[in-house]
Amino acid sequence: MARPVQFNNTVKFEGIPEGYMGSGFMATNFEKVVSLARKNSIWPLPFATSCCGIEFMATMGSHYDLARFGSERVGFSPRQCDLLMVMGTIAKKMGPVLRQVYLQMAEPRWVLAMGACASSGGIFDSYSVLQGIDQVIPVDVYVPGCPPRPEAVLDGIIKIQDLVQAEGLRRRNSEQYQDLMNSYGIQ
Amino acid sequence: MGLTNQAIKEQLNLKFPEVLREWDEPFGMLTFSAPADFNLKILQYLFDDETLRFRFLTDLQAVHYPDRIDEELAVVYHLHNLTENVRIRFKVYIPVLKPDVFSATALYQSANWMERETYDFYGVNFVGHPNLIRVLNVDEMDYFPMRKEFPLEEQTRVDKDDEMFGRG
Repeated sequence: MARPVQFNNTVKFEGIPEGYMGSGFMATNFEKVVSLARKNSIWPLPFATSCCGIEFMATMGSHYDLARFGSERVGFSPRQCDLLMVMGTIAKKMGPVLRQVYLQMAEPRWVLAMGACASSGGIFDSYSVLQGIDQVIPVDVYVPGCPPRPEAVLDGIIKIQDLVQAEGLRRRNSEQYQDLMNSYGIQ
Repeated sequence: MGLTNQAIKEQLNLKFPEVLREWDEPFGMLTFSAPADFNLKILQYLFDDETLRFRFLTDLQAVHYPDRIDEELAVVYHLHNLTENVRIRFKVYIPVLKPDVFSATALYQSANWMERETYDFYGVNFVGHPNLIRVLNVDEMDYFPMRKEFPLEEQTRVDKDDEMFGRG
């Protein structure tokens, strides 16, 4: 007999990558397997400087639970992490610090700018505030809001996951990517 | 009642005749100004004198008055007598083209960072300061942001339409 109340009946499973399957084996594209693994095991590095950080804490908490998206482990060491989440106002004096953190991350690395301040300086149109972190490091996804709700953060993470999955294994070696890094003065 | 504003004023006028100006008492706080050359002498006297004993420098900052020709910058000292719980405010005016004033670091250790901050934002040159460099702003900054000729808004920003912000 079916239970009267059913929970979690809308769970979405990750699709199996395209390939040739038989009894006990599967042959598929290596790139697809790697991007599938990368996509669902992103380690975020929170760089929280203000109120957006509080919203991120709610996102990490049990109610919204970022862990559902394979980001259980929030790392605080740049070398181990894949996704730099910049949340909050970045003062000009903090700019070099942020850049240093980005440089310490290993490739492949992604950056999410959360909130108006990180994306554009927000209301702080002032001599002391960096007008958007994309002045010092390249950004993959911008999450609008002041501060954004946890749903918006999750949406941004899912956008990052889409990017991670769609990204080819050799994209980081491409000339286009080198040009992007050079435009920020990063080798 | 111990130290009154009237008593402080009379004592200072006796010690520094014809020097102190602009006596005022906004919200009961005694305020006066002096020529910039006298700032250390007056601070030292206020510190040393056994009845005045203003031995705590609460705050030190500058104000920019673009309309006061040849005395555009005011350096303001807030002093506190901790035993009598009396506060006074002491100002010196200096021209923006030659913003030199003697450093109070020898008298008050706390003046060190406050003078650096005042230099950082107003460009006041504290003569005799041991380490007069920027403290809050980035080292590369090449102007003094709190002076009135510099707009508050960040000038490097290109994505803002000025008309939408009432300054088209």
